[in-house]
Amino acid sequence: MTQAPVLDVKELKTSFFSSDGEVPAVDNISFSVNKGEILGIVGESGCGKSVTSLSIMKLIPQPPGKIVGGEILLNGEDIVPASEKRMREIRGNDIAMIFQEPMTSLNPLFTIGNQLVEGIILHKKVNKKEAFKIGVEMLKLVGLPRAEQIMKEYPHQLSGGMRQRVMIAMALSCDPKLLIADEPTTALDVTIQAQILSLMKNLNKKLDTAIIMITHDLGVVAEVCQRVIVMYAGKVVEEASVRDIFKNPKHPYTVGLLESIPDVREKKERLYSIPGNVPKPGAIKQGCRFAARCANVHDRCFVEDPPLYKAADGHHVRCFLHAAGGEN
Amino acid sequence: MSEVLLKVDNLKKYFPITGGVLGRKVGEVKAVDDVSFFVKKGETLGLVGESGCGKSTTGRVLMRLLEPTEGTVEFEGQDLTKLKAEEMRRMRKEIQMVFQDPFASLNPRHTVEKILEEPLIVHGVKDKEERKRRVREMLEVVGLNSYHAKRYPHQFSGGQRQRIGIARALMTKPKLIIADEPVSALDVSIQSQVLNLLEDLQKEFQLTYIFIAHDLGVVKHISDRVGVMYLGRLVEITEADKLYENPLHPYTKALLASIPIPDPDLQQEKELLKGDLPSPANPPLGCAFHTRCSACMEVCKTTRPELVEIEPGHFAACHLYNK
Repeated sequence: MTQAPVLDVKELKTSFFSSDGEVPAVDNISFSVNKGEILGIVGESGCGKSVTSLSIMKLIPQPPGKIVGGEILLNGEDIVPASEKRMREIRGNDIAMIFQEPMTSLNPLFTIGNQLVEGIILHKKVNKKEAFKIGVEMLKLVGLPRAEQIMKEYPHQLSGGMRQRVMIAMALSCDPKLLIADEPTTALDVTIQAQILSLMKNLNKKLDTAIIMITHDLGVVAEVCQRVIVMYAGKVVEEASVRDIFKNPKHPYTVGLLESIPDVREKKERLYSIPGNVPKPGAIKQGCRFAARCANVHDRCFVEDPPLYKAADGHHVRCFLHAAGGEN
Repeated sequence: MSEVLLKVDNLKKYFPITGGVLGRKVGEVKAVDDVSFFVKKGETLGLVGESGCGKSTTGRVLMRLLEPTEGTVEFEGQDLTKLKAEEMRRMRKEIQMVFQDPFASLNPRHTVEKILEEPLIVHGVKDKEERKRRVREMLEVVGLNSYHAKRYPHQFSGGQRQRIGIARALMTKPKLIIADEPVSALDVSIQSQVLNLLEDLQKEFQLTYIFIAHDLGVVKHISDRVGVMYLGRLVEITEADKLYENPLHPYTKALLASIPIPDPDLQQEKELLKGDLPSPANPPLGCAFHTRCSACMEVCKTTRPELVEIEPGHFAACHLYNK
């Protein structure tokens, strides 16, 4: 890719400090998002995917959390040392975020219009009337009928799917370069989920906004993403194109995860299951974090932490089994 | 295999909507509206649908955790809806429930032993040693260790807690287990462990399951037959393979088409279902699905289709098939 990436995360480390000491929730992760790309981040609860997104927005509650190291380059600018004032300019303008719960991320006491216009006035330096017009345009863009009326309605008057559309409209109202969607469809029913996913794909094409899609649902990833990173216990364990992740997964964790989904197309006699539980962040101090649950474990895995190896072009795996390709 | 264990006929559950200063009844939410089905001994019946379709209410009404408004529930030939409270309490020995949220359904102040022992106390196992022995046995059965008995729920992970919930349901050696979204709060890798456990237990104890879930993949995996619900009504019910290969009702078709498939090569442009689920307090006249249906006809707007057998063992409620 010749074009500079929109977002380049380098060796990001975010820790939480508790009475038990430092707990690294995100441990040295690096990835980049190119212009107009949809990148998926998948993993189970506690793997650090949400902390990653909050770190990019610099919304980690501090204390107890802190970005301990690394760089987050947004269009070439490192935002880790940026001031709160600068961040306020960046949020909404350059990066926007939508959350899982469309019920709680809107203020129930203000009308949709009121909440939608607020950001537009702040970032676009327009007056109220023009902002209202832009707001209506945005609501139409995300496929809401009777946009003018909805501007005057309160969140409780809308359904879950409509609220999530409003959130997307709000996030996109200042033409951000990057949209972070943290489990945007988890709280929605399948038929509504399908609507929202197709909307996000269309908007990505139309507006050329890069999207980071954070989810635990591999079906969602296959549907919308072009590239995927798989996280486990605060580390990136595999990074590849969507095709490679599904057709040619390398890391034992990715393989296990794919095997354990019940498929609607064919009935497996017995589901594969990864033994054991997801470790608590910071519980494993030495060696590969997946070693205790891995089917192909060696003695070495318990002592040494594997680096990211190159399995193919654009396909990286954190596993000694694939050391042949050389370190990345 | 063919013996019918549970037979539900015209089951209805209406919740009143009250309003005004006097709290008069101003309307009704038809959470479950005229649902009939049967469950054979040893099989798993899956119930799927979107939120608000009445699948959980159905599960609760079967247990009489909620009193049905109308209809009968026959369990081994006995009508549960006619039983007195005390008789029903004893009957619950045979029918147990596993709940969705393993964090909320276990008392945080009780040890696992106390949680598992309680059903035995309620159902009259007086010998303390016997109870303790059975608790320890059951813990091993669901894949935990007997030393876990002295621990509290917060010391377990989500998957382990769900195992405790399952163990509790099994303590009274029931015949039927109603599992209401038992795996939806769990991560994928843990979900498959619990699904496998449920299947193993079914074989070991000849259990019958009613498995309520919104995840169509999970339901297909575990169920022998599947019922699809929409706005309080059963719109289609048949064997699992048939339902997924040859869905008849337009809603079932749309539901199946909306599932994201974990395979990037199989992505095609889908026909998306338009609009939202109508409010169950004010369902559309005629067929409840007609407002979102792509094959809607005039008759659908006025007349409600009955659930009829279209192919042997394949029931659907749709005018398209009423010739």
